[in-house]
Amino acid sequence: MLRTDSVSMRFGGLTAVADLNIAIEKNEIIGLIGPNGAGKTTAFNMITGVYTPTEGKVFFKSHDVTGMKAHRITHKGIARTFQNIRLFKDMNVLENVLVACHLRMDVGVFASTLHLPGYLKKERESKDFAMSLLESVGLADEAAESAISLPYGKQRRLEIVRALATKPELLLLDEPAAGMNPQESLELMDFIVRIRDQYDLTILLIEHHMQVVMGVCKRMYVLDYGVTIAHGTPDEIQKDPKVIEAYLGVE
Amino acid sequence: MNKKNTIRAVVALTVGVAIIAIGDAFLGPFAVRILNLSAIYIILALSLNLLNGFTGLFSLGHAGFMAVGAYVSALLTMTPAQKSMNFFLTPIVPWLDTVQLPFIVALIIAGLCAAFVGLLIGAPALRLRDDYLAIATLGFAEIIRVLITNAQSLTNGAQGLKAIPKYSTTWVVWGAAAIAALFLVMLLRSSYGRTIKAVRDDEIAAEAMGVNVFRVKVTSFVISSFWAGIGGALLGHMITTIDPKMFNLILTFNILLIVVLGGNGSITGSVLGAIIVTVLMEALRFLDMPMNLVFIKTQGLPGLRMVIFSILLMIVVLYRQRGLMGTKEFSWDMLSAKALLAALKPKKRGERARKGGR
Ligand SMILES: Nc1ncnc2c1ncn2[C@@H]1O[C@H](COP(=O)(O)OP(=O)(O)OP(=O)(O)O)[C@@H](O)[C@H]1O
Ligand SMILES: [Mg+2]
Repeated sequence: MLRTDSVSMRFGGLTAVADLNIAIEKNEIIGLIGPNGAGKTTAFNMITGVYTPTEGKVFFKSHDVTGMKAHRITHKGIARTFQNIRLFKDMNVLENVLVACHLRMDVGVFASTLHLPGYLKKERESKDFAMSLLESVGLADEAAESAISLPYGKQRRLEIVRALATKPELLLLDEPAAGMNPQESLELMDFIVRIRDQYDLTILLIEHHMQVVMGVCKRMYVLDYGVTIAHGTPDEIQKDPKVIEAYLGVE
Repeated sequence: MNKKNTIRAVVALTVGVAIIAIGDAFLGPFAVRILNLSAIYIILALSLNLLNGFTGLFSLGHAGFMAVGAYVSALLTMTPAQKSMNFFLTPIVPWLDTVQLPFIVALIIAGLCAAFVGLLIGAPALRLRDDYLAIATLGFAEIIRVLITNAQSLTNGAQGLKAIPKYSTTWVVWGAAAIAALFLVMLLRSSYGRTIKAVRDDEIAAEAMGVNVFRVKVTSFVISSFWAGIGGALLGHMITTIDPKMFNLILTFNILLIVVLGGNGSITGSVLGAIIVTVLMEALRFLDMPMNLVFIKTQGLPGLRMVIFSILLMIVVLYRQRGLMGTKEFSWDMLSAKALLAALKPKKRGERARKGGR
């Protein structure tokens, strides 16, 4: 599904990510963990086209997507959420999701403005789809509310829903459990498994705390200072001396 | 829209049309001029608001696009006789000499020319960071003025054009304003309109949701330029005289003033703002004239009007940061007693900050 071929990202003298090799198969849930500033978000940004890697290549479904514009990559089927929530603040919950529906609607500015019949049909379908997504995560009652007035946990869920509305095959979640208590984190992990099954997804998950993702990830990659220090099943990772060392003082 | 609101809308529309008809029939020429100028400023404010308020782009080139529209429409509608009267220093280029098109056709071509120029300016400028757009458009507006001043055989240079056919009747300008408002409302309510607002709210998130941010910005810029061209053309056909000096930064500033006063990101706000500012501008014209206030005789201070307006703008920015309407639109519920009371009550600062923050 996704493969990165020795991608590196340098900002001036700083190497944020060095020689990252990730390979993910369809329907897997894979973790990307590491302490603060390890380069996890930067890795996401390279995969989703926010940054062009300074070296290496990114392949999605064996197509080279290196350096492709972010919106093109979303078109191809990769969607993401953000570590620091980025909802559209002057829009309500439903509109936030509808923005993401636009790319699959394939309507131009004139068909939209003139509300041509073809457009109206697609708009209705989008609304139904968006509402069904909101319903499936328990946000349907808040559809007309301002997105940023939602409590934090619901904003995180809305971001996931919005990403799902682009109809992705690969979903990248950047610290979705940040700011949640252990109970909420556990619920979120159940939720992630549920959407994987329901929407036939492949998921790459960034997490700061190893324990949170242990239960759901089949494999994980551990970054520290941009370097991949370990890769394997949760059990293997937990015993890895390099990982323990990297996490000493953090946990 | 429910049935009650449909009836209300029809009534409101009828009242609006009646007011315009009565104004057109009974007001003196000076008052009709203000009435019509309001409509033109509505078009101009709406087009600038599309950029500033809805796309989150800051452009200072509006006067330039207006100039393009005004000149194109004037030159395409003047009779050969009118043209030769204007171009007495240098004759007009031969291919334009005998061209004379119906007003509506010329008007649309004027808008399209402005839109095309918008594409030429926008496509490169919008690739850069947003701050550069203000500089690029400011420069563009100045360049257009210099070009018009120097393209003697095409534009009659600094002398400008006189005796432009007076096609901008009350019905034409208000009809155009209604179409512009309807167009923007429909655009912004559509799926494409949502992507425009998404770009304003968060470019990175919009791009990640599959929105081609660059393309949306260019589209918005081109549409805005189109309507600026239409507004400029109508202005020319109303005052019947245009020259390059008219399309200066102050003109852009006036439109910006309307947008900010009315509410950045509110169509209702732009409409109200345009009417209020146009009427006040004319009503306060006496400030620039010599005054005789029985005891005090003033010399007449040209520019005093603009000072008053700048102060007004500062007051609005200080006390009502988001203009008259904020980003809200008119709705009938707004007119209920409860909503009016709530609107008058000042919001607490903390509340606003919390709403704005993440
Ligand atoms: N645009 C940028 N320009 C310069 N340096 C950057 C940029 N983006 C990230 N960095 C640096 O790259 C390193 C990795 O940052 P990154 O955000 O990828 O870490 P992270 O693993 O996501 O950390 P966190 O757990 O805090 O989110 C950091 O040292 C950061 O300062
Ligand atoms: Mg991060």
